[in-house]
This record gives sequence, structure tokens and C-alpha cells, in this order.
Amino acid sequence: MVAVTLWGQLRTAAGGDEKLEVEAKDIRELFRKLAERYPGFEPFIARGIAVSIDGVIYRDTWSKELPQGSEIFLLPRLSGG
Amino acid sequence: MGFDPSFSSRQFKSVGTRPLRPDGIDKVTGRARYGADFNMPGQLVGRVLRSPHAHARIKSIDTSKAEALKGVKAVITAADLPDMTAGDAALHSILENCMARTKAFYDGHAVAAVAAVDARTAREALKLIEVDYEVLPHVTDVDEAMKPDAPLLHENVFTEGVDPRPSKPSNVAKRSQYGHGDVQAGFREADIVIERSYKTEQTHQGYIEPHACVASVNADGTGDLWVCTQGHFVYRDQCARLLGMDISKLRVTSSEIGGGFGGKTHVWAEPVALALSRKAGRPVKLVMSREEVFRASGPTSATSIDVKIGARKDGTITAASATLRYTCGPWYGMWAELGAMTAFACYGLASVQTVGYEVLVNRPKTAAYRAPSAPMAAFAVESAVDELAGKLGMDPVEFRIRNAAREGTRSSYGPVYGPIGIGPTLEAVREHPHMQVPLGKNQGRGMACGFWFNFGGQTCTDINIGVDGTVTLAVGTIDVGGSRASLSLVVAEELGIPYSQVKAVVADTGTLGYNDMTDGSRGTFSSSMAAISAARNAIEIMRHRAAAMWDIPADDVVWEDGQARAKGENHGNLPALSLKEIAAAAPNTGGPIAGHSELVADGAGVSFATHICDVEVDPETGSTRVVRYTVVQDAGKAVHPTYVEGQYQGGAAQGIGWALNEEYIYGKDGRLQNPGFLDYRIPVCSDLPMIGTQILEIPNPNHPYGVRGVGETSIVPPLAAIANAVSNAAGVRMTHIPMSPPRILAALEAEQAG
Amino acid sequence: MMSGIAVSTTINGDEVEFLCQAEETLLEVLRDRLGMTGAKEGCGTGDCGACSVIVDDRLVCSCLVLGAEAEGRRIDTIEGMADGDKLHPLQQKFIEHAALQCGICTPGFLMAAKDLLAKNPDPTEEEIRFGLAGNLCRCTGYDKIVRAVQDAASVMKGA
Repeated sequence: MVAVTLWGQLRTAAGGDEKLEVEAKDIRELFRKLAERYPGFEPFIARGIAVSIDGVIYRDTWSKELPQGSEIFLLPRLSGG
Repeated sequence: MGFDPSFSSRQFKSVGTRPLRPDGIDKVTGRARYGADFNMPGQLVGRVLRSPHAHARIKSIDTSKAEALKGVKAVITAADLPDMTAGDAALHSILENCMARTKAFYDGHAVAAVAAVDARTAREALKLIEVDYEVLPHVTDVDEAMKPDAPLLHENVFTEGVDPRPSKPSNVAKRSQYGHGDVQAGFREADIVIERSYKTEQTHQGYIEPHACVASVNADGTGDLWVCTQGHFVYRDQCARLLGMDISKLRVTSSEIGGGFGGKTHVWAEPVALALSRKAGRPVKLVMSREEVFRASGPTSATSIDVKIGARKDGTITAASATLRYTCGPWYGMWAELGAMTAFACYGLASVQTVGYEVLVNRPKTAAYRAPSAPMAAFAVESAVDELAGKLGMDPVEFRIRNAAREGTRSSYGPVYGPIGIGPTLEAVREHPHMQVPLGKNQGRGMACGFWFNFGGQTCTDINIGVDGTVTLAVGTIDVGGSRASLSLVVAEELGIPYSQVKAVVADTGTLGYNDMTDGSRGTFSSSMAAISAARNAIEIMRHRAAAMWDIPADDVVWEDGQARAKGENHGNLPALSLKEIAAAAPNTGGPIAGHSELVADGAGVSFATHICDVEVDPETGSTRVVRYTVVQDAGKAVHPTYVEGQYQGGAAQGIGWALNEEYIYGKDGRLQNPGFLDYRIPVCSDLPMIGTQILEIPNPNHPYGVRGVGETSIVPPLAAIANAVSNAAGVRMTHIPMSPPRILAALEAEQAG
Repeated sequence: MMSGIAVSTTINGDEVEFLCQAEETLLEVLRDRLGMTGAKEGCGTGDCGACSVIVDDRLVCSCLVLGAEAEGRRIDTIEGMADGDKLHPLQQKFIEHAALQCGICTPGFLMAAKDLLAKNPDPTEEEIRFGLAGNLCRCTGYDKIVRAVQDAASVMKGA
């Protein structure tokens, strides 16, 4: 079980909830479960979501494990220049 | 694949040294080939017709006279680029930007294009294309565009991120919000509150090489594209999708690139060149003029930012908030949101709130510019922080050290920080000799911090070992500033061989797997990770080859210092086998020896920089001279320190130009007034002093050598550092970038009058 | 009858003949007719110096010179700077000091630096900076370029 905090727009898609508890072992499973719970998440996943695990941001590694008790924060997928 | 990216401490033999770069000779002799230096037999000259109006409906385009002109082989409009974006809004905006579909959205927006036998004919043909425009009211200013009566760019844009969704369309594409705590309570707790508004004007990345390509599409659906780009795989995928081609059938070769800085991260005119070639049945060379680059490629946002920061008498910030309005050009982008995320990222704050607004305006499509959106937000916040420190009577560096983010701080964009480097950069600045240099008359000193994310991404690398033991490293990340040297060092380090035995090349899209573009400071970080992985895979193979040559189990073979050694009592007498010897025997031990790697480099880790700047302001002319400049930034591990210094100096120089002089100037007619290097004046050699650099090395735990990205962060602090320096020198707080002489004089006069 | 102007000139010591239109610049002739792509077009209006060549010992922007004006003159381009496989000290020092990142401005800078040192073999830092102020670089911030020119100047004086 991991505690997940959502950024502003995702909260609206989650009916206003800022923090969620999700049973997921890696990023892929997290996205799948969130999309099942909140259909409004799909366009955000399509546009790209970055996942911060204990302060380190992962953009593409969907097989990255979510350690128990780690702080998970969802952010829009960013890029640089 | 079993590759572990975590940092392990070691003594380096090659990494950290400063050998000469492998592509140096080509570049100093003029042999290196950039986008416009390539030609294909039978090629035509492509030229683009561009809207002279900032906003206009395109009622009709008559290309018949142009088509009839002798020597013209193809004329295209949006009709020749059917929409195959399948609901992908980002790709659709790229398509519509390449060629206007129903409206021209900015002065310079492409409306048609021709391919002809020579430049003279192409120019003539453009004049013969008749476009019937219905000119519409336009808006170019970020704050004007947000007003309820502003001319609307799109009838179907309703601000996202607002609940309930607005019933009326507007030019505000999106509202985003970040932060935590209770800022109202925090401000009530404060002894001093600073509240100010700031503006920054639009600037361009200013790469010296205009966009250029040669495109060739064949009747069987295959194609070739030679192009200057920061990401040839990205260009391939975008062009293939927009032209309805199979990805594997479009082969994109990257030329050397003459600068990008984010401006060459998506396609601008390349689909047009491909469409012209497809229609003409011949290759088409399309090169943008400098004027076209300014008018019709991707400058950065113009911004309008309000900042409010409160602190107690002891110097602790109790609350901070900002509202950031950024221009996107005609279509949505994440620009204000990035500003909202990065604005207060240097600080550990109990209460913080940032709100970003993406504003549509009749200007070219905003593109990334080196740590996009962060410099402007840093300018506003660091100016306010400086003012606050001043009012509290505190030293600006000490004030920042007191409030700096550290491990365990909740960042202003959400996640809690792990180990980070802002403290070390501030402490290094505090101790730096620059801070002790006495200032002269009319001189002022300023400092500022900056933050940037840094990224990883998809990376594919090939190592091939020649039968003479020399190594070819094929990478897919474009070399913008010397990364072939750094990557060769990494491979030399890992294999245990001299740097001179490694040759790095940038492969084309037909000969290597997908690589993300060189942006987000990911070039060396990602490619070095993949190079290390590929080298370790090659070592695995060579251990097995040595075992075969010795006829012993592979488990008894280790790799040390470029050699295979047999371990264990049974094999103690076997002399070591060098990489050269194993390579020479390869034809009989299993064939060519290669190490390969595909991975997603991730967990790049954020980076911080602190800059110090001394300026001299002439109170009579308002002219500013940069007297002294120092960059302190954490690189994790500097693979090639000279090239890391180069990144620090280059980012600082761009920031200096942005802070003091560069801006897009629009007339009342919505046309860009200064699309050239004469009036859009970037720093020249005589404008700058030597730029001091200090590289800190706090290893990144998510890279085997501790490497962090370095390319972008150095452009984040300069706007603020220089604004603080100028404000100190002139004795008046500057709030509008660039601080060109007229603006400084106006501020001085207002100060004297008021 | 063929249209165009016939031009006879000397480029990097070699006699060269070409045909060009009246409106073609020397830069266009070098790049598109003679295949000499060392000089670059950064702006086409004489503001960036990436197209710098030397015409009769005078440093010029080749985008501001007409191809026809090459008639009877002596032109030096980046392609003639090295002596066979021996690099000019400026070229060598640019590599050693990492005075280039993307390298697009480098041919122009080398021409300008060569011209500067020919006229002023012992320049101060300020003289170097003002002497090279006609060449734009967006990557380096000019620091390492100035150091490379200083180092090359001392090598060339010593030799």
C-alpha cells in the first residue's frame, strides 16, 4: 500500500481528493488502478504523468517499484530545452 | 536487463580528464557539415510564404500562377498536409504551425510553400501566390490577452483547470496551481511583506544556425531527411506521422547542429520540405532565413508575474505566493505551469502557493529555451527575496542559506526533497573570493539561486569492437557541445582502455534504436548511462571469449584495467589477455564483439546553481557593463570538466543577454519589428568579462558515476543575479526585463521624481 | 546565350573561375556553386560574422560581398587556413581551449582572429574582445575563445 499525492488538476479528476491510498507494486500498476478508479485520469496518463518517489522524478520507467512507505507524488510529465 | 544505475564510488582514470574532442578538427577546418551544408543531386530550392498579418482568416489561396511559372516543380498549402494527428492536440498544433489551415495566427505564420529549380525562381513564385486574408483584430501582450474583451484566437478554448469550467471561451488555455500550507495565515505571521509585479519580454534561443534540411520522398513511401535537430528520432516520428509514412521507412540523419537550446526539439518546416518533395518527386532543400527564424520558429514566453513574500524579523520566510502569466503563442503549452512549479523550488517553505495561467497570443509558437520557464520565475522570486533581505537588514546570501531547501523539505511543487545541492552552492558562494572584491563607483553586486529538474529518457547505444581493438561507440543523442568526447571518456573508463582507442559517432535513425532528444540536460547523463551499460555487456562477452581462448570456465575470468585475467589457483600462470588480443581472435571465437544497451535513464535528480554578478551602470546613459561573473553549480561528476565549464559559461551568457538587452518588439500592427541580429542584439565578445566557474561534485545516487545533468540550470539565475546587481548599482529596484538603457533611465528618472 | 557573369578569382591560392547571377553574394557562390561550405550563413545581413572571409587582406562578411566582386581579387577562406595536415596555431588552440561547443561560429571566428593577429600580433584582452565583436557566438560566452586567441598569439609571436 502506498500513499499517493496528486497535483492540482489530477485532484479534480479524483473528485477533489488530494491524497489516495493505492495497492500497487510499481508505476504501471499504479496507473492502471488509478485509471480504473477514476476514468477521468485517462487523458492525463495519455498526456504524460511523472512520478516522484521520495523526491526523485521518474518520467518513463513504468516498471519502477514503489517501495512500501515511500512518498509518491504525481506531476505532469515535464520536458526541458 | 540487469543494469544497476546506482552510484558506486571509485577512482577514475579517464573520467574527469580533459582530452581533445574527437570532432574538433572537422569544426576548425570548416569540414563539419551542418544542416545547410548538405546537398542531394537534383534537389530543388524550397521557400515558404508567410502571413504578413498577426491574425487573419485565410479565405482562399490561389496558387495557379505560381504553379505555371517555368521552373516551379511543386506548390503546397495545408491541403497537401491532411490532418492525420488522430486527436493528438500537441501534434495537431505542430501541424498547424508548420502550415496554417484556416487562420494565420502570427506575423510569419506559414501559409504556402514552393519548390523550384533555383532560389530566384522560388522567390518569384512566392510573389505569384495570391492569398485572400480577412484581417482580424490581434493581441500580443500577455495581460491584454487575458482581458474579457481581448480578441479571441480560438472560439473553442475554455480555460482548463478551473472548476466549474467557464461558459465563455477565452485566451487563457489553462490554470494550474501548486503549493502547500496556509499562505494567508503565513502572511499574517510575517513582520515584513514584499509584494511586487514583474514583467519579462519574449526572447529567442538565438542559435546561430537557422533551421535547415534536405528532404527526399520517393514514390514508394520511403524517404530521407538530412536535418539539424536536437532529436532526429523525434523529428522522424513527428514527420512520419504528419505525412502518413511508416516510421521505419523515413530515415533521418542528423547533421552537426549549430545550436538548439530547446528551439530544435520539434519540427518547424521539415514536414513542409517532405511534402514539397513528395509532390515534386525530387529532393527539396529548405533553409530558413534569419528573419524567418525570429518570426516563425519557437521563442520563449513573455511573462507577467506577481510575487508576495513575507518573513519574520529573524529572517524566516513565513509564506510565499506567486501568480504567473506566460504566453504560449497560438496554442496551449505547459509554460506557466513550469514557472509555477519552479518559482520557489530553492526554498523550504511552510506555506507556499503558485498559480500559473497559459495565455494565448498572436505571436509565434512558444518552444522550450534551456530550463524553460524557470529563468523568468526565478527573476521575480529572487528579486523579491533580495528586497526582503534588504528590508530586514540581512545579507542576501545568509538570508537564502537560512531559508534554503534541504533534504526532507517539501518542495514548492510537491514532493519531499532527497539529498540536494542548494546549500553547498550557497555556502560556496559565501566563501568565494568574488564576494570580497571591492566595488567601484556606480557598481553593484547581485546574487541569485536557480533550480531545474533535469531529465533522463529513452536511450540506445551500440559499442562495436574492431578486430584491431579500437572501439566504435554509436549513440543517438545529438552532440550539441562536446558530448562525444565525454561519452568516449566513459567508455574508455569502463573498458579500461585509452581514450584515443574510442571513436564516438552519432548514428542515424536507420541504424540505431530510438533515442529521446538532447534536451532537459539529459545528453551526457542518459547516454553515459547507456554507454556504461553497453560497455559492461561487451565486457561480459569478452570474458566469455577469453574463457574460450583459454579453455577454462567463464566464471574464472575477471575483467581488470582493460584485460581479461584468469582467477583461481588452477589458472594462475595464464598471462592476461588484452582487449586488443581478444578482438584479434574474435573471428574464431564467435564473431564480432559488440555491447548493446537500450534503457530508460531516469531519476536524473534536480540541480541547483548560484550566481554572483558585478555590474557598472552609467547613470547618464542607462548602459550596463558586466564587470565580473561567477557561476557555482553542482555537476554530480564532471565527466569532461572543460565542457561542463562551457555549459556554465554559455548559460550565463544567454542569461546576461536576456537580462540586459534581448526582447521581441512588436508594433501596434502586431508585426515583429526586430527579426534580425542587428536589433535583436545578443551579447558580443566585448560585452562580457571572463566568466568564472566553480564545479561542485555531489554525486547523483542514481547514476553509476554520480553524473547530473548540467546544460540548463546555468540560465536560471542570471536574470535575477543581474537584476539584483543593477538594482544595487542604480539604487532603484528593476522589475522589467530586459533592463535595457531606456528602462534603466526611466526607472532612475521615476525614482528622482517620486 | 548563357546568362550570368563570368568571374576569375583566386581562392586560398588556387585560380578559380565561376559563373554567377548578378544578385548572388560571395557567400552563396562559395557554398552553392563551389561547394565550399566552411563559411556559414547565420543571418545573411552582415550581423553575425559566421560568413567571414578575407578579401585582399580585408576581413569581410561574404554575405555582404557580391560574387561578381571577387573578380581579380585574392580570397582566403577557412578551408585554406591549415597547411595541408598541419593546423594553424589558432585552429589548434581553439580545440585545446574548448573554444567551440556547437562549432557553427568557429570558421568565422578563426578568420576574424587570424585577421586580428595579422594586424595586431600582441593584443590585450580588451583589443581581442573588440576585435572579435563582429562575430556572434551563442554557446560559449566567449571566455574560452578569448583564451584560445591569447594563447595562439603568444605561440605565433614565439615562433
